[in-house]
Amino acid sequence: MQFHSPSTFDEAAKLAAEAEGITRFLAGGTDVLVQLRADAVTPDTLIDVKHIPGTHDITRRADGGWDLGVAVTGAEMSEHPELGQDWPGLVEGMDLIGSTQVQGRATLVGNLCNGSPAADSVPGMVTAGVTVSVTGPEGTRQIAVEDIPAGPGRTTLTKGEVISGLHIPARGDNAGDAYLRFIPRTEMDIAVVGCAVSLRRDGDVITEARVCLGAVAPTVVLVDDAAKALIGSTLDDAALEALTAAAEAACNPIDDKRGTIAFRTEVAGVLARRAAKIAYDRAGGAK
Amino acid sequence: MSKKFHISATVNGDAVEFLCDSRETLLDVLRDRLGLTGSKEGCGTGDCGACSVSVDGRLVCSCLMLGAEAEGKTIETVEGMATDETLHPLQKRFIEYAALQCGICTPGILVAAKNLLEKNPDPTEEEVRYWLAGNLCRCTGYDKIIRAVMDTAAELREAS
Repeated sequence: MQFHSPSTFDEAAKLAAEAEGITRFLAGGTDVLVQLRADAVTPDTLIDVKHIPGTHDITRRADGGWDLGVAVTGAEMSEHPELGQDWPGLVEGMDLIGSTQVQGRATLVGNLCNGSPAADSVPGMVTAGVTVSVTGPEGTRQIAVEDIPAGPGRTTLTKGEVISGLHIPARGDNAGDAYLRFIPRTEMDIAVVGCAVSLRRDGDVITEARVCLGAVAPTVVLVDDAAKALIGSTLDDAALEALTAAAEAACNPIDDKRGTIAFRTEVAGVLARRAAKIAYDRAGGAK
Repeated sequence: MSKKFHISATVNGDAVEFLCDSRETLLDVLRDRLGLTGSKEGCGTGDCGACSVSVDGRLVCSCLMLGAEAEGKTIETVEGMATDETLHPLQKRFIEYAALQCGICTPGILVAAKNLLEKNPDPTEEEVRYWLAGNLCRCTGYDKIIRAVMDTAAELREAS
């Protein structure tokens, strides 16, 4: 196994483009090294991106949004004094992943590129409208997070492409987000269903909304009908009913010992309602 | 034969250099190259916490970090906790409270608890339990461990 520590993303992309066999990028390594040691995925080339300047930085942009380096850890996100005030749901989704030790290494971009439909940080990124910079042989382009996953363990990134930055929009006023997941135990498990909601209010009326489900389809799902159910409402019973129906209709889950199809589908509706209520209260000023 | 990496790091205050290959984890390096066998391999997949060490002040599983990533890092293991013959207050309490039986998980829990108390000298029991949730112990039932950590925290607060 070749191991490289490039100092720029262009160099990282070039190394990946020229590599033969299986290539993996290494940030926190909480998936890559587990797969390596389990002999599930043995990369021929491993490219550590942590020596590239800026990969550990959390920066507020002039427009009020945030740029996160690709190696920023879950612990660094949770400890940040302001990021979680803007995007509590996004930060909570990341914080749900693994133990203290895993939080010290795990990253948003790693969670995204691992390609699990149950990735806890991804629905919150999707509802926040997060985009990533992708550096490849043709230069750097911006892609929405929801366009990265292609199926379990797969992404739409092609050979020689590497995510080089992560960009969170400005939160703006009267807005809130939330992420909830169901697991059979209380901590440190893989989501059976996850749901993120982000919305904005004008008074009591919801003016913008995004709803994303995890672990109920081959990729996370941005549910437009669920957003439509919320927009224009005051989160009244009729809106919650329409939200539930839309969330359930978007489910195409697996059937396994951790949750049947019927169970996962019902829980998706439950979590959508609960997450919407939390996001709504947060948008109204609740902490 | 793949190329060896020549790594310089600081381990428990000492400058160390080692050679490792690309697949070796930091845990492999600590145990097999540096002879520091306090850190244990329980699962090798980041689930059990027996290999916990501090890297630049951040608690991590050394089985989920490569030796080649350790260049320039400051690493602390259980071997660095005692000062000569004097045990760290956490180590003393663990013995006093019998907060261990087989002892495999103990080095990782001691390192994790020390890391917590450096960040938060006055944790609640809930905070201690959450912090140590990634350190599995199949012997004690955890209660003695939690009490040992809580009482050490109180002792250290009084001493400071």
